[in-house]
Amino acid sequence: MKKLRVLIVDDSSVMRKIIERSLRQAGLDLSEVLEASNGAEGLAEVQKGPLDMILSDINMPVMDGLEFLKNLATLESAKGVPVIMITTEGSEARVVEALSAGAKGYLRKPFTAEQVKERVAPLLGGVL
Amino acid sequence: MKTMASQGSQTAVPFDSNWRPIMECAALEVFEMMAGVRLEIDTACTEEPHGEQTAMVGMAGALCGMTTLRCSRATATRFASLMLGGDAASNPSTARDAIGELCNMIAGNFKAKVTNLADHCMLSVPTVITGEDYSMSTGEPTVGVTLALKFDGEPIWVSLITHS
Repeated sequence: MKKLRVLIVDDSSVMRKIIERSLRQAGLDLSEVLEASNGAEGLAEVQKGPLDMILSDINMPVMDGLEFLKNLATLESAKGVPVIMITTEGSEARVVEALSAGAKGYLRKPFTAEQVKERVAPLLGGVL
Repeated sequence: MKTMASQGSQTAVPFDSNWRPIMECAALEVFEMMAGVRLEIDTACTEEPHGEQTAMVGMAGALCGMTTLRCSRATATRFASLMLGGDAASNPSTARDAIGELCNMIAGNFKAKVTNLADHCMLSVPTVITGEDYSMSTGEPTVGVTLALKFDGEPIWVSLITHS
């Protein structure tokens, strides 16, 4: 199984840990998990090396997830990296906005490890 | 970019007393999915909310107000441990972060269940107050619902406070 390098962007350190644990419970073999607490920090992490997946919260201070997505589109290092947006909002409009801006999927909090697997698996080309 | 203030032009959704069971369902689901515990609803509780940790999430747009979650520091620490596993919550900031996120998810889960709120009400990032000796006042009259919950005998209060 391929080892994966993922970036988790969320202003809550508790949520970052829960997302990482859910990814491992979903069966992902993670070689490295990078963390950022807002979109601006996330953009800096993206430029540090190749990633297999990015999971980002939408509602964050400094730079929210939608701004992060729009900025990601301008970075060569982020090309082809699937992004899953994670939202508490339950707003269809924000999900549509995220998908239009390039996100490949979304996950609504609260979530189970099984729901994480359902969203992540199709984006990893048979890794799971 | 959308801001919370720019949501003010949405048609207001008035407070509905039938929201109590919706808020109960939203809160119980969050605790069950994120902390793996089934809380009890304490219908006999007559105490005012108290406890050293209060998480608040602002709501703006079709519904203006806030969702709050209040409990003791020990209970907040237990939730953080349940969410993270093991003894991960020995740091007080982790416990504050955990109840802030629980409150955020309860607010989000509640509005997702109410027609016309999901797309027309935005949430702030959570704020957590530590300490018991405070009072809260708002510039407008408020109406809302408070749920008294119990976890292993310890009280937890979830409130929806809306500007009437």
